[in-house]
Amino acid sequence: MIDSPLTHAMKPTKEALAIDEYEDAGGYAALRTAVTEMTPFDVTAAVTDSNLRGRGGAGFPTGKKWSFVPPPGKRTGAAYLVVNADEMEPGTFKDRLLLEQNPHLVLEGALAAAFAIQAQTVYVFVRWAYAKAAQRLTKAIIEAQRRGYIGDNVLGSKFCVRVHVHTSHGRYLCGEETGLLNALEGKRASPRSKPPFPQVVGLLGRPTVVNNVETLCNIPPILRNGAAWFKALSKTGDSGTKLYGASGRVNAPGLWELPMGTTPREIIEKHAGGMKSGYNLRGFLPGGASTDFLTDRHLDVPMDFDAMQKAGSRLGTGTMIVLDDRTCPVAMVHNLVTFFARESCGWCTPCRDGLPWTQNILADIEQGRGRPEDLDRLELHCKLLGPGRTFCALAPGAVEPLQSALKYFREDFERHITEKRCPYKH
Amino acid sequence: MLTQEERAAISEGCDSSPSARAAAPHALGAVQASRGWISDESLSDIAEFLHMTPAELDSIATFYNRIYRSPVGRHVILLCDSVSCWIMDYEYLLNHLLTKLGISGFGETTKDGMFTLLPSACLGACDHAPAMMVDRELFGDLTRQSIDTIIDQYRIKDGDRRTAQSPLATGRKEQ
Repeated sequence: MIDSPLTHAMKPTKEALAIDEYEDAGGYAALRTAVTEMTPFDVTAAVTDSNLRGRGGAGFPTGKKWSFVPPPGKRTGAAYLVVNADEMEPGTFKDRLLLEQNPHLVLEGALAAAFAIQAQTVYVFVRWAYAKAAQRLTKAIIEAQRRGYIGDNVLGSKFCVRVHVHTSHGRYLCGEETGLLNALEGKRASPRSKPPFPQVVGLLGRPTVVNNVETLCNIPPILRNGAAWFKALSKTGDSGTKLYGASGRVNAPGLWELPMGTTPREIIEKHAGGMKSGYNLRGFLPGGASTDFLTDRHLDVPMDFDAMQKAGSRLGTGTMIVLDDRTCPVAMVHNLVTFFARESCGWCTPCRDGLPWTQNILADIEQGRGRPEDLDRLELHCKLLGPGRTFCALAPGAVEPLQSALKYFREDFERHITEKRCPYKH
Repeated sequence: MLTQEERAAISEGCDSSPSARAAAPHALGAVQASRGWISDESLSDIAEFLHMTPAELDSIATFYNRIYRSPVGRHVILLCDSVSCWIMDYEYLLNHLLTKLGISGFGETTKDGMFTLLPSACLGACDHAPAMMVDRELFGDLTRQSIDTIIDQYRIKDGDRRTAQSPLATGRKEQ
């Protein structure tokens, strides 16, 4: 059995798998089984049994998400399946790989998901920067239409579906579930108040499921090989494989599809080739810019949803950013907060006003103008911008690296203040 | 006035959007593709075409990072300033790029109207940091040398068009 279902068929040339190559590797068999032999309920049940959790960062169980969509008897009109391909979390580059090199897998997963929730329209929301991905996906859609995987009566069944690619014009909030829906409706991509959740009131007020690219890529292999196989891929209680990544001062930055629950130590030392000569590991953000720092004490914690949470961080996107001992942690957090302040949509006050304030304090400290009470002020901001005070997860995510930096690298903050300069600048 | 081609491009976007109004960002992108940026006049024309007020459309135009409401050069350089590229010292390359282009900071356009330099959030190429895009093309593992080569190649490619009027100059006239 295959142990890397998302990437095993990819070509060494990094070209996209053409439809013939994808079919030769078993592609579209799962969709065929789904639409000709299974009911939508069966498909959802199979995904629920697999314990697949969303790969966009939040880790919500995929089958459960689908099950909230009212079935056709209990709704009037359309439902939508939206593929979130708006990858923009700093340090994250995993969905690019899937979109560029295996677009048919993304499509097959989206089509099976659309069948499960009985949606007749799929929108693939692609980030502007992923022009090559959008181009390859568009080509794949045409190929799939010709083979009868998209259109009226897919493979002779009653399932009818259309797929559209929507290229965004850039803003971090477009990747937020409800911000994305507003963007798709041509509005500003501000988040929406929840409830109601998009599964009930989503795109144009219709039931809508928004799934991440990597999540959807797991659907065809789950349908083909079953829940038991999918669970056995993992080293821990969270099923499947995960696209892990590493960037920063490591010898071989990259992406690897590995069993869920692989440790940071294995990823950094074995796959990323260890730290670059002259640099030591100081800490890492396990899954993108909006996850809490972990340190060398956490190198053997399995990288899955539950273990990362217990360690005080989040798996997030699973693409880690490595902080070395010659890079200033205060300046790094300043860079992160600057990103979040710039991308804040301004919809709610804590985020709109709190992030620039935090950014200014960090700039002061980094440039030697910090005062001891600034640290208390930063701690306060971590609370005031935290969960439960904003419409979406942008501000709570922004303070995750800050609050953990204050915990693990407090000495660095204090040295900046007492020495009135950045100790990393010579 | 929108050209025939621009109207066709907008309509095409309306067809694949969930509603006509949902095509607003697409319409802005389509017109920008032909004019380089969105002037007040362009904004009014598109708004009229989509049955929106210019203010309503401007709230959308100003929200999205890649819709330009000021003139830009023939090529837009987007240098990633997010965390992985920052760790890999993009700031060092920024200084080199500024010298190479003869400008003093982000948001500026070269004198010949050829390049505008803008910062960009993470380009999703962190395994090849530092990274930048020139228009729709991605460049990774940047060094001072590779930046020189990239800029020089664009200059050579555009050399025969150098005397032609730049979108920047056109934009200034429209104002």
